[in-house]
Amino acid sequence: MASHIIELSGLTKKYGDFVAVDKLDLKIPKGEIFGLLGPNGAGKSTTILMLLGLTEPTSGSVKVCGINSTREPVEVKKKVGYLPENLGFYDDRSGLDNLIYTARLNQIPEQEAKEKAKMLLQRVGLTDQNKKTGTYSRGMRQRLGLADVLIKSPEVIILDEPTLGIDPKGVQELLQLIKQLSKEDGLTVLLSSHHLHQVQKVCDRVGLFVNGKLIAEGDVASLSAQLFGREPITIEARVIEHDKSKKDVEKAIKKVKNVKAVQKNQDTMLIDCTEDVTNEIAQAIIESGLGLSQLYRREYGLDDIYQRYFEKSQV
Amino acid sequence: MKMSKALTRIKSGFNLRHLITGQTADLQKVKQPFWVIVEKEISDHFRSVRFMILMGIVVLTCMGSLYSSLTNFSEVVKNSEDEFFFLKLFTTTDGAMPSFVVFISFLGPLLGIGLGFDAINSEQNSGTLSRIMSQPIHRDNLINAKFLGVLIVVSIVFFALGFLVMGFGLFFIGIPPTAEEFLRFICFTLISILYVAFWLNLAILFSVKFRQASTSALAGIGVWLFFTVFYGLIVNLIAKATAPSQFAHPEVVIRYQTFVKNLMTLVPSQLYSDATTTLLMPSVRSLGPLTMEQMAGAIPNPIPLGQSLLLVWPQLTGMIAAAVLCFALTYGLFMRREIRSK
Repeated sequence: MASHIIELSGLTKKYGDFVAVDKLDLKIPKGEIFGLLGPNGAGKSTTILMLLGLTEPTSGSVKVCGINSTREPVEVKKKVGYLPENLGFYDDRSGLDNLIYTARLNQIPEQEAKEKAKMLLQRVGLTDQNKKTGTYSRGMRQRLGLADVLIKSPEVIILDEPTLGIDPKGVQELLQLIKQLSKEDGLTVLLSSHHLHQVQKVCDRVGLFVNGKLIAEGDVASLSAQLFGREPITIEARVIEHDKSKKDVEKAIKKVKNVKAVQKNQDTMLIDCTEDVTNEIAQAIIESGLGLSQLYRREYGLDDIYQRYFEKSQV
Repeated sequence: MKMSKALTRIKSGFNLRHLITGQTADLQKVKQPFWVIVEKEISDHFRSVRFMILMGIVVLTCMGSLYSSLTNFSEVVKNSEDEFFFLKLFTTTDGAMPSFVVFISFLGPLLGIGLGFDAINSEQNSGTLSRIMSQPIHRDNLINAKFLGVLIVVSIVFFALGFLVMGFGLFFIGIPPTAEEFLRFICFTLISILYVAFWLNLAILFSVKFRQASTSALAGIGVWLFFTVFYGLIVNLIAKATAPSQFAHPEVVIRYQTFVKNLMTLVPSQLYSDATTTLLMPSVRSLGPLTMEQMAGAIPNPIPLGQSLLLVWPQLTGMIAAAVLCFALTYGLFMRREIRSK
């Protein structure tokens, strides 16, 4: 129990008749980077707001570090750093001043706050400390936001769409920074996003969120297993044809143990099998006298998973 | 409970040891988030252009009213029957410009609305609200701190202005104020601050209610205009329509007058001007109609401060109630609200 830092059970949020979050159950262990994935309006932000006690759930319970977020939001907020989706700073103050203010709201003494703020600004790569935040670029704001989240030395950080509106290089750097922080400080990270490949790179586990429901969770491999589970492993082979008859190849492959079906389109073959038998298939192809130009096991990325779920949820 | 905590904190803040040794480290350690926000609010106000503009208006008009009361002062003093010369500085005028009291009653709402109309919605629109609310502070800390921040700023301004007017007055008329006059002035300033507090609460209420700062400013100004201009007209209409005949029984007349008076006391500015005139003109003995029987045997003398305060007690209670009502509504709206970013 204690190893789960975030525990949601039966969490529901309704706005009138509209169900934003529907009976959500989720457990996130300590030190994990969890990605909450879903399209806009799936209920990701609402879930995050409930985690912080910024809105009340209609039913169900939220526990962060074993503390009920709805009843004792202040205790939870001591331990959780939150980076909102559209974060803003006091534009007429410098980045340093903004950080110091946050630190002092967390009851960090002024001198310590100042040192910590300077250290964190260095860490997130903002060198000009006295620049007014009004002149910051989007990427700089996001970095400052990260520093703002870290200044209270949280146990958990929650990032709502942290990569939104940043250029690809900035995204890379930001995600790398998040990963590094999580590893170095043992932070639990919950981040929401609709950008799949970005999240795929840093998350230990992801949850797919559609229409207020968490329809699948796990690491990317087990997610694809959950989703494409009924389907066997697919191996794609591209062959160079000679004059030999096609049937021979297909027959030869079908004879291989664990192979269920073979599909052929021109020079590409899709082979479904229950076990990974790439090696045997290669052998079968070559023995049947064909040239083999490409052979690989198909991996399902988050995009495929996402796409698949969308098709499902729209039906 | 909270109050007493805050008080001990203030006391410890002004601990002599800290002042002497200049040791501030452990003082900061105990500084609660609430006071951090108050501190920031105050510094924000003093830096803002808006505050400079409001201050400019207030200072100019006060100087104007001081000038107008001074030019006419010798006439007023000659004709006056009581000995409260100094207080006349705040109430007399040469007719060209309103007096200090009237100015304050006019500018107080402007100050309250001007400093409070975007208290919450500007934070919301700039995206800072969700960031601040995700810090370990109670929700009410934010609105309380916003309120207290402006109130402290307004208090400083009013006391500074009042003392400035007093100082100039002293310089020009050469009569020092008596202790009672001074106390009456302090009471007047406190009531003025209370009056601004009401408008401030109203403005903060609108700032929670309306997402657009301009809407909330307009709503505040609308209420103010309604009470200063239109409400009086409406009451006049009602008064004319319900007026008893010339030959009606005195009791009916009194009932009618009390009714009209009660209608007027719904207006905060009426409460304020009743309270301040009573305090600054000690010869005022009643705010309602008096019968000949009640006046019989009374010596036309100013009444002591305690009695004046007793006389305006209902007005004070009314103003406090109005302020508390606005505050309660704000509280109710803000405490259970969902804090989304932008």
